[in-house]
Order: sequence, then structure tokens, then C-alpha cells
Amino acid sequence: MYPELGQLALIIALLLAVLLSVVPLAGALTGRDSLQAFARPLSTGMFVFTGLAFAVLTHAFMVDDFSVAYVANNSNSMLPWYYKFSAVWGGHEGSLLLWILMLAGWTLAVAVFSRKLPSTMVSQVLSVMGMICVGFFLFIIVTSNPFDRLLPNIPADGSDLNPLLQDIGLILHPPMLYMGYVGFSVAFAFAIAALINGKLDAAWARWSRPWTTVAWAFLTLGIALGSWWAYYELGWGGWWFWDPVENASLLPWLSGTALMHSLAVTEKRGVFKSWTVLLAIVTFSLSLLGAFLVRSGVLTSVHSFANDPERGTFLLALLGITVVASLTLYAFRAPVVHVRSRYGSLSREIFLLLNNVLLVAATMLVAIGTLYPLVLDYLNLGKLSIGEPFFNATFSPMAVATGLLLGAGIFSRWKRTDGGWLARKLLWPLAVSVLVTTAVMLVYGGFVPWAFAGVFTAVWVTMATAWDLWDKSASKMGRWYGLKRQSRSYYGMVFGHLGLAMVIAGATVVSNYGIERDVRMVPGGSAEVGDYTVVFNYIGDRRGPNFTAEYGEFDVFLDGKHIANLHPEKRHYPVGMSVMTEAAIDAGLFRDVFIAIGERISDEAWAIRLQYKPLVRWLWLGSLVMAIGGFLAISDKRYRIRVRSEAKDVASTGEADASGSKPAEANA
Amino acid sequence: MHPIRKKRLTIVLFLVAGLAIAVGLTTYALRQNINLFYDPSEIADGKAPVDVRIRAGGMVEEGSVVRDPESLKVEFRVTDYSASVAMEYVGILPDLFAEGQGVVAMGRLNAEGRFVADQVLAKHDETYMPPEVAEALERASKGRHQAADVEKAAESTAY
Repeated sequence: MYPELGQLALIIALLLAVLLSVVPLAGALTGRDSLQAFARPLSTGMFVFTGLAFAVLTHAFMVDDFSVAYVANNSNSMLPWYYKFSAVWGGHEGSLLLWILMLAGWTLAVAVFSRKLPSTMVSQVLSVMGMICVGFFLFIIVTSNPFDRLLPNIPADGSDLNPLLQDIGLILHPPMLYMGYVGFSVAFAFAIAALINGKLDAAWARWSRPWTTVAWAFLTLGIALGSWWAYYELGWGGWWFWDPVENASLLPWLSGTALMHSLAVTEKRGVFKSWTVLLAIVTFSLSLLGAFLVRSGVLTSVHSFANDPERGTFLLALLGITVVASLTLYAFRAPVVHVRSRYGSLSREIFLLLNNVLLVAATMLVAIGTLYPLVLDYLNLGKLSIGEPFFNATFSPMAVATGLLLGAGIFSRWKRTDGGWLARKLLWPLAVSVLVTTAVMLVYGGFVPWAFAGVFTAVWVTMATAWDLWDKSASKMGRWYGLKRQSRSYYGMVFGHLGLAMVIAGATVVSNYGIERDVRMVPGGSAEVGDYTVVFNYIGDRRGPNFTAEYGEFDVFLDGKHIANLHPEKRHYPVGMSVMTEAAIDAGLFRDVFIAIGERISDEAWAIRLQYKPLVRWLWLGSLVMAIGGFLAISDKRYRIRVRSEAKDVASTGEADASGSKPAEANA
Repeated sequence: MHPIRKKRLTIVLFLVAGLAIAVGLTTYALRQNINLFYDPSEIADGKAPVDVRIRAGGMVEEGSVVRDPESLKVEFRVTDYSASVAMEYVGILPDLFAEGQGVVAMGRLNAEGRFVADQVLAKHDETYMPPEVAEALERASKGRHQAADVEKAAESTAY
């Protein structure tokens, strides 16, 4: 009975979405306030009914209602309650419902937090959100109903959640990731509304910015959580595999990063408008492409769900309609926009343009590497795979170039920057970066060109960011006053860039100085990994709630000093007949020691993987710092001030030039 | 030149330069890093290149897994039920590696026709079959059926 209610709630939500996509838009186009007034109640209703459907599905999991096919396929009565809860989004149908719940949630958030915006804008944005919702509601109702029943043959028990997904990582990773993916729909909706209006002005950019930034911050967290989960749960200590599904999340992240920066230019200087709109469209389309890749069955990976071709076709159609419709609108509307502002060839505008060029080029690289094998396969031109070496060879130089530019760009001024002044400004950060990088090389022992480039980039970004903060916070009232005077969005930028530096440092050091050894060990024996000695004590058995496990007892020593006692496991899940490797990790800010058990080689010997992972935590800490930067930026009070609706405030609000130490124009 | 035009030119030049770098890096890296897939029949027929990094896969033949008790070396045969290829690997095999399961390996074929794997992939699900392996098996079984048909035809014409 309850599942049918869930189904009904979904259908009602679909009807509300249809109304939302038509009524307020019609009101905005005909200037009828009575119709526009429906936008907010419809958004609320849509969210409430989607939430109801989600609650019903959650309830079905909690009470082990195995008459619901989705529950029977993804749960089991022996599963602990928290995994029953996360199993709601452990498969295709439920994760799609979560996706839609977030889409409805973002729509509601726009309705709630945009009271100060002109009502026509709000109506149009909410209508566009409504259209996206219609697409996804149709998708879930037609192809992927989570409430399908197994009647009258109700299974006695469920076939269990994939053991890989029985983990804290799965509880957190998909919701964060979807918040990001789906959040870009808001930036998209704002862009489409602005195109319909023909009003691509600084005010539009200002309204879009916080939404884009918060979606980006969630996506950053989601990707980082996924990487962290892969690191300890897939068992073998990798943190990024260039798996097509990982790439699918990286694509909107890269173009979303470009979008954030380009929006900054559009807001502050009123230029790059068409480009920014295009990026907003592309970013959301890449989110849809990600959904298509993961859910259509064209890919096989840990992430992809059991599939049928109907879903792929539906999503491809959805992607096609979105891309064609928005680009058509763009083609007709974008040229209307004229640029008035000027800027020199060495200016903050140009630095941000270069940032965009690099990020878009990186997006294209990742897209080519991901899609090329799929296209060839589809055309029957052969099966091939493009693996890590391709991405490492192409992506790393891009990342280094972006970081080097970023360091110089931080000091640049809007409109025009004097070359000699900039060069003098960069001299000290450059010198310090070279020294620090050399010191780091000495610590890790051994000069590797790529490691030098990566570490240098990280240090350079850090130095430039810190230098700029030091310059800006100079004040007659003292340093503390100067630091306090900086805006939250400035600190957001500082955190974002420092976080990026941490990620680059972590990725470089762990890839170049990490040690990985597969060794044969017998209980009582020991092995070395880097400076660490690992002693294998014994193998024991234990029983978990829904699995049995063999575990190893290991002690880790550094210079004869005991530093950790670790228990990696090999788990057997009887319901799904599957085996899982649970690694044991001694985590530290500067290094991880990682132990995983392989198979038994002979009666007493085991294959053991030992790893020394320097700075690996920096990857996720850095991502966290980046995300904090995003949340800091949107908490800036200027987003809460009533926005003047005309574009006349372009350039008059530039916080960067107002708070800069010396306007560069003076030197020019 | 007019400042706006000059600016546009700079933008275009930047874009072109960025694109050129991207395309250059991509083609270079693609040429180096594409790994083609070969099934056991193709390898047995000598269609696969020697000492080039390729992917190969099929089912692990029953009773073929031999483990060296003194090291992490494992030898096994991978089959598509028409032909099989000997593989060797040093390291830890994935959790679901087992006889009768589908696997895909990355590595190089040596001069003796043995496949030296540097990576072995099996999926984390007992019902999972790598798509390449599924197709290889299908191709091989079609081949066998055709051969069987030819034999039958030969038998029937003998009368």
C-alpha cells in the first residue's frame, strides 16, 4: 500500500513540475503577476511530494519490504540499519530518486532565497528548473520506477547491498556528488532565463555566482569523498583511476571551475558574457552527460548500474533536447549582447581568460579520453581502452600551467597591469618557491622533473596567495584589522587556491615518492616499506553482522619504535557470495602506511600489499579546504544586499581594485 | 590596429594556441597509450602484436592456475573455449579472480607467445562479465558452430 502512495506522490510531483515549467514562464512573458505568483507554491509542492516519495522508499528499506523489487535487489534483513538507509541510493532507481529530490530541493532553494530578485527573473528561472524536473520525473516514472512490486512471489529475503557499498563513503559520497551535479542546473536555469530576457548583465552574473559556487563546492566534496572511498575501500590504495565514471564527475567540475572564474569577470567587468552563458550551458550538459554515461550501460565500472538500453536512449534524448534547445536559444540571443568595457593585453581579464582556456582544454582532453573508446566501439571500429598514462601525460602539464598562471594572475589588476610592476611583484614569491621546492625535493630524496614541476606549482600558488593576502592586509590600524577588513569572498578565493595547492602537492608527492610493495609474508615474518618495518603476527577469524572475515595482525615500526597495530581483513559476504578486501591504514598528515591482505599462497604464506603514501591526505584535505572556500565566498554579505537591477554598477563594485595596495594604472 | 580588434585578435590567438596545445598533447598521448583488446583466438592465430602493451581476456581455464609457493608469481590459462593463451603475473590478484571467472589483463605478449600481465582485472560482482570477454566468448562460440555446421555438411554429403 505504501509503495503505491510513493508512486502516486511521484506522479503528482510530475504534474506540478509540468505546471511549474509553463505557468510562471507564461506569466513572465505576458507580464501577468497572477500567473507568476504560482512559481513559489508550485516549487514547494513539487519538493514536498518528491520528499514524500523518498520517505516512502526509505520506509520500505527500513521495514524490509521485499515486495518492492528495488528493496529486494539492494537490501537484506541482516544489513545494519544505517546501510539499509544508504541502500536507498545504492542502486539505479533509488539514486535517481535522490537525484530528483535534490533537483526539487535546489528549485525550492531558488524559490526561497531569491525574494529580492525581480519577479520575472525568478519566474523564468523556476520555470526552467521545472522543465528539467519534468525530464527527470518522466525518466524515473517511465523507465526506472523504484516502487515496482514483486507480486505475488515476494522473496523471503533480499539479495543484499553490494559489499563495496556497505561503507560510510557510500552514505556520504552520492548525496554530495549529486548536490553538485544537480546544483549546476541552477546556473543553467539562470543562463537560460537571461537569454530569454536578453538581459545578460552584471546583475545576472551576480545572481548566478553564489549558486554556481555552492554547487561547485558540493561537487568538490563529492569527488573527494569518492576518491577517499576508492582509496581505502577498493582495497588497493589508488586514489584516482581515470575511470570513465570518475571522469564523468571531473568534466562538470572542470568546466564549473571555469564558469566560476568567468562569472567573476562578467560580474566585475561586464565582459565575457556570451562565453559565460555558454559555459553555464556546457557545464550542466556535462552533468547530464555524466548521468548518461553512468546510467546507460555504455560503461562498465564499479559505479555503473545494472542497465537497460531504454534508459540510455531516454537520457540521450534528454541530453540532446537540452543541448539543442539551449544552443539554439543561445545562437539567437547571445549576439544581442554588446561589450563596452575595455581591457589591456596584460590584465586580470586576460589572466582569467587564460584560466578558462586551460580549464576548457583540460575538459576537452578528459572528454576525448573518456568518449573516444566509446565512440569507436559504437561504430564497430574496435575495442580499445585509454588508461592512466594518457591522462597523466596530458592532464598534468595542463594542471601545472594553470597553477603557474594562477600565481601570476593573483597579483594582476583589472583593466591593465604594468608588466614591469608585475615582474617585480613576482620576483620574491618566485625565489622563495624555488628554495622551498628544492628543500622538499631534498626531504623526499631524489630529484624527479615532474615532481619538481608539481611541487613548485603548489608552492608557487601558496606563496603568491599568501603574498597577496599580506599586501592587501597592510593597514595603519594594524595587521589584524587589515586581515579582518578583507571580504569573505576574498577569503573564499584564498581558501580555494590554497586548497588547490594542497591537492597538487599531495597528488605530485604521492605519485612520485609513494612506495608500493607486494610481498609474500608468513606469520612471524617481517618486511620493509620505505623506512617502515612491518611485522606480520598472525591470521585470525572474526564474524561481522553479515559477513565472516579473516584478519591479519600487523605491527608497524619506524626506527625500532612501535607506531601502529593494524588489522586488515578479507571479508566473505555469504548472501552475495562476494569477497572484499578491507585495507588497514595508519593515517597521518604527512604519510599513510597502508596494509592489505591478498590471497593465501600456500598453507602458511600470504600475499600482502604494503604501501607508504606520503601526503596522500592532502588530496582530500585540500579538497575540503577548496570547498570551505566556496562556502565562505557565498556567505559574503554583498550577496544579501538588494541588487540594483541595472547594469550600471559594473566595475563600480570591484573589491579587488578598491582594496589593492597600489592601483596599477598609476604605474602605466 | 583598432583596440577592440586587437583585443579580439589576442583572444582568438589564445584560443587557437590553447586548442593547438591540447590537440597536440592529445594525439601524442593517444598514439602512445591506446591499448587494443585481443581475445585468445586472435592471439593463438598470431594476430596480436608481440611486445606491445595490449589487453587480453577471457575465462580462466579450470585447473590451470598454478601458484609459485615461494613468490607472488601465478600462471594460468585464459580461454574463449576455442583457443587459450598462457598468462603469467606477479602480484596480488583481485578478490574475485577464480577459475571459471572472466578476467581482463593488461600486459605484453612475449616471443614465446606467453602473455606477461602487469595488471589483472576481475570485477567485484560474481555475476559480472567484462563486456570484451562476453563478446569474445560469443564470437568464439559462433566460430565453433560454423565449424560444426561445416562438419555436419561434410558428413551429410559423404553419403
